[in-house]
Amino acid sequence: MNTNLALLLLLAPFLGFLFNIFFGKKIGKSASGIIGTLTVAVSFVATLVFFLQINETKEAVQIDLFNWIRTHNFRVNFGFLLDQLSILWLLFVTGIGSLIHLYSISYMHDDENMHKFFAYLNLFIFFMITLVIGSNLLVLFIGWEGVGLCSYLLIGFWHKNQEYNDAAKKAFIMNRIGDLGLLIGIFIIGSLFSTLDYTTLKTAIATSGNLDITMISIAAFALFIGACGKSAQIPLYTWLPDAMAGPTPVSALIHAATMVTAGIFMITRLNYVFDLAPEVQNIIAIVGAVTSLVAATIALVQTDIKKVLAYSTVSQLGLMFLALGFGAYEIAVFHVITHAFFKACLFLGSGSVIHALHGEQDMRRMGGLKKVMGITFITFLLSSLAISGIPPFSGFFSKDEILMTAYHNNIALWVIASLASLMTAFYMFRLLYLTFFKEFRGTEHQKSHLHESPGLITFPLIVLAILATIGGLISLPTNSWLNGYLAPLFSKEAHEAHHFGTTEYALMAVAVLGGIIGITIAFVKYIKQNQVPAEDAEITGFSKVLYNKYYVDEIYNVIFVNSINSLSGFFRDYIETSLSAVVFGLGKVTNELSYQGKKLQTGSIGFYLFVFVLGLSAILTYLFLAQ
Amino acid sequence: MNVSLLLIILLVGAFATYFAGDKLASKVALLFSLVALGISIALLNAYNSGENISFFKFWINKPVVSFSLTADGLSLIMLLLTSSLTPLIIYSSFGNEYKNAKSFYALILFMSFAMTGTFLASDGLLYYIFWELALIPIYFIALIWGNGDVEERKKAVVKFFIYTLAGSLFMLIAFVYLYQKAGSFLLQDLYQAELSQMEQFWIFWAFFLAYAIKIPIIPFHTWQAKVYQKAPTVGTMLLSGIMLKMGLYSVLRWQLPITPIASKTYLPILIGLGIAGVIYGSIVALRQKDLKKLLAYSSLAHVGLIAAGCYTLNIDGLRGAVLQMISHGFVVVGLFFAAEIIYRRFDTRVIAEMGGIRSQAPKFASLFMILVLASVALPTTFNFVGEFTVLYSLYQINVWFAVLGGTTIILGAYYMLKMYQQVMLGETNTKVFADVTFHETFVLVIIIAVIFFFGMYPRPINELITPSLDQILRTLYKIQ
Repeated sequence: MNTNLALLLLLAPFLGFLFNIFFGKKIGKSASGIIGTLTVAVSFVATLVFFLQINETKEAVQIDLFNWIRTHNFRVNFGFLLDQLSILWLLFVTGIGSLIHLYSISYMHDDENMHKFFAYLNLFIFFMITLVIGSNLLVLFIGWEGVGLCSYLLIGFWHKNQEYNDAAKKAFIMNRIGDLGLLIGIFIIGSLFSTLDYTTLKTAIATSGNLDITMISIAAFALFIGACGKSAQIPLYTWLPDAMAGPTPVSALIHAATMVTAGIFMITRLNYVFDLAPEVQNIIAIVGAVTSLVAATIALVQTDIKKVLAYSTVSQLGLMFLALGFGAYEIAVFHVITHAFFKACLFLGSGSVIHALHGEQDMRRMGGLKKVMGITFITFLLSSLAISGIPPFSGFFSKDEILMTAYHNNIALWVIASLASLMTAFYMFRLLYLTFFKEFRGTEHQKSHLHESPGLITFPLIVLAILATIGGLISLPTNSWLNGYLAPLFSKEAHEAHHFGTTEYALMAVAVLGGIIGITIAFVKYIKQNQVPAEDAEITGFSKVLYNKYYVDEIYNVIFVNSINSLSGFFRDYIETSLSAVVFGLGKVTNELSYQGKKLQTGSIGFYLFVFVLGLSAILTYLFLAQ
Repeated sequence: MNVSLLLIILLVGAFATYFAGDKLASKVALLFSLVALGISIALLNAYNSGENISFFKFWINKPVVSFSLTADGLSLIMLLLTSSLTPLIIYSSFGNEYKNAKSFYALILFMSFAMTGTFLASDGLLYYIFWELALIPIYFIALIWGNGDVEERKKAVVKFFIYTLAGSLFMLIAFVYLYQKAGSFLLQDLYQAELSQMEQFWIFWAFFLAYAIKIPIIPFHTWQAKVYQKAPTVGTMLLSGIMLKMGLYSVLRWQLPITPIASKTYLPILIGLGIAGVIYGSIVALRQKDLKKLLAYSSLAHVGLIAAGCYTLNIDGLRGAVLQMISHGFVVVGLFFAAEIIYRRFDTRVIAEMGGIRSQAPKFASLFMILVLASVALPTTFNFVGEFTVLYSLYQINVWFAVLGGTTIILGAYYMLKMYQQVMLGETNTKVFADVTFHETFVLVIIIAVIFFFGMYPRPINELITPSLDQILRTLYKIQ
């Protein structure tokens, strides 16, 4: 029963993929979209069944299907582990996934390759489920690489545009740098513990007397590199903003709500490994905090609506890593979930705006949209309040917990994270004001066609906005359902509930105040003073550095891309030809020897006799001397 | 039933093809190659049920040479690779017209015959004869039916012929020396030969020259790219899909167990050379202008990793290497076929003249994409199984070997995706590109099916090869 249900959960989207690839074009756009959506909904329902079951039994379900890869000291099964963590992740992957599929039916309706879009989206869900549901690190790796592939296919969905193709390629290759780290981590764990299976590994670590902490720390660090790639942390984050080249539902689903949280999932899954490596945890916390601040500063000045949201995602992921670094896994998970709600809503909302403006993404050409796009505006507002950490919206609760943990562990990181949060409130409301308030700044043609998006687009927005508003309920500061639910996963007693004293209330007040300050500054600048961001050419000073994202892409290009390409040219033009010349040289030596040897064959009997006598006397002399 | 039947069928097939005439040649060749495939499968079944399928007959009295063919799991998997790729390669050529087709297809079967013999022979001299015999058909195939300027082609192909022949001569000298010591050419006698450390070193490097040129391992690869480029695609497929595995197979079968001390001594150098090939091949591939040359360098990178796996001298390395030999065979044949499909339509192999194909030929684009993904070892494809196992074996020697060898997953993705982007994506090409025909699809789909099946379920192959590889390691470490 469990096995069949788990297979249904996993394979429904895969069947959707196959169906859409082979028959999608024939059955028409709407039908292909509906089938794509339904298959994900089936997975969602199956997940719900498992969710209800585990709430009752509290028992994880492990299913091993068949032996896949073997090495001298371990065998890897293709198997599933359905425990609290994977079911929780599946709930929002398939849940938000269904909503975004639904949204795409309308959003992608004008695209000639809509059936392919749904096929890839289904394939993505399939791999994401594989990643989450796998019972060991190698099945996770299937999903890990698989979602990377789908991300590649979807970023480059409009494949006639080579810029989009470049972005897709960049995403894939950068992810693979991380993947190498993940693979090395897997090797270390495999050779230390002779297993890659989570359950066995956990027992092995718990029962082992002497652990090689140095090697475990190296493994944790290598795994963290993998997480950096997938979850866009410094130094492997630059692919994510470029990934916005893909259609907007893709940005919402893959590059905000689900795939980019894979790194957090993996670290949470292996919490018992990371708990053994405090130095690595410190690195994770620092990288997370710095990433959240750096990305937030870049987001301050971007003018492309999706770019702002992309850097915001990088920044929010940074906060999650900050929590992970402190071993506060359940808090990171909490923020993953609330972020999935409000960020999906924000991206889909931006999609609704872009849709209404026929592809315009520059906020300098927007404005005044709240009059015509009421639903989009309200859902966007609610989600912006959530991400800015204003109570009682969901983001307030999760972000507040992260900041509180930071404060108790490391004041410097708390300051960094609080600054990032303040900036978040600012750039989100900058975006909101520039897009929805004041007068419309686009063309007359666009203006005459402004409209609210159809129901298929607004319905997912409404659902997500509601979740973004009330999502905090799952983990209230004094009464956390989530912490109790996840408790079986963590070896340590889940973080002792903060006893709420004056410090906690003060911290909360500071956080909320920061959010309000950010919003107020945005209000003054963009509403009171009616500013509009400068055109590209007019941007100067430090803003220009920020606008150009600290020139990190350019620096990477010079250091890595250009040098490897020059090296390639050098190898091709010089090394290859020289090696070839050496081989030909050997041939020439032979030729030359034979040419010189030929001269000896003079045909003169006298010469031959002379050499003969010479040789004979040499031999005789040798024999004589040898005696 | 024994393995000699397979050789007989292939040889008879070669003659039958020649006498069938130009019109029927391709079909007759396909028929015989399919029969050979059937026999291979029957042999596998016989082997699995414990039947003795080896063949032994005295041949020459002085020196003692016997017609000795031994099949274990390792030989069988190589036979299966050869006899499944041969019909596929023949069938893939059905879209082309060859003049003097009867000789062309006869030579393909003859080559298949010689390679099969190489994988089976357990007598040193017999093995050497098959090894060299395989060179002759490919020499003519590349020279006569190749493409591009005749003089340039001749230069490349003759260089290849002399180069590999010269390398093999060192192996022959090694065999002669071994015969002096062991009094026999038989493999099991050579395994027993008492060789001093010094003798092992000389013999090791003599073998190495022959294999390093054939595989090829850098810096002995200079013949490869040009020959891959100039040979007809069928020839390139035979070379890269099967023939270079002769070198890798021979490392496992002959070189390592005969010279165990030397193998252990030179382990880091050889792994280093293999990994250097991975990185060097990948970087050179990055900026190739000719599609077939790019694939040649990609092949250089892949076999570098396989060679590194062979020289780890542990079971994971050996098993991973063999798995990768098989998967690489299928993937590389698929990739060269994709290049051929483009050539049939655009009459060019220059990457810069391609682009914008995907919007015209979605089916071909998808099939080609899957091959690219298999080549970069995406999990669930066959390549991943081997690559993972080899990298894990390298990790056991030294973590940096695994890291450096692992750069293949980054660099491989870089040059393959870059190639795919330049060849397939972008604005619709002004030249018309007809989507794949039924026959082309058929070939690619079979390859893809193999890639995914064994990518998810490599177990049958693991079970077939593991006992033989264990045996090789036992010989190597002198464990009875």
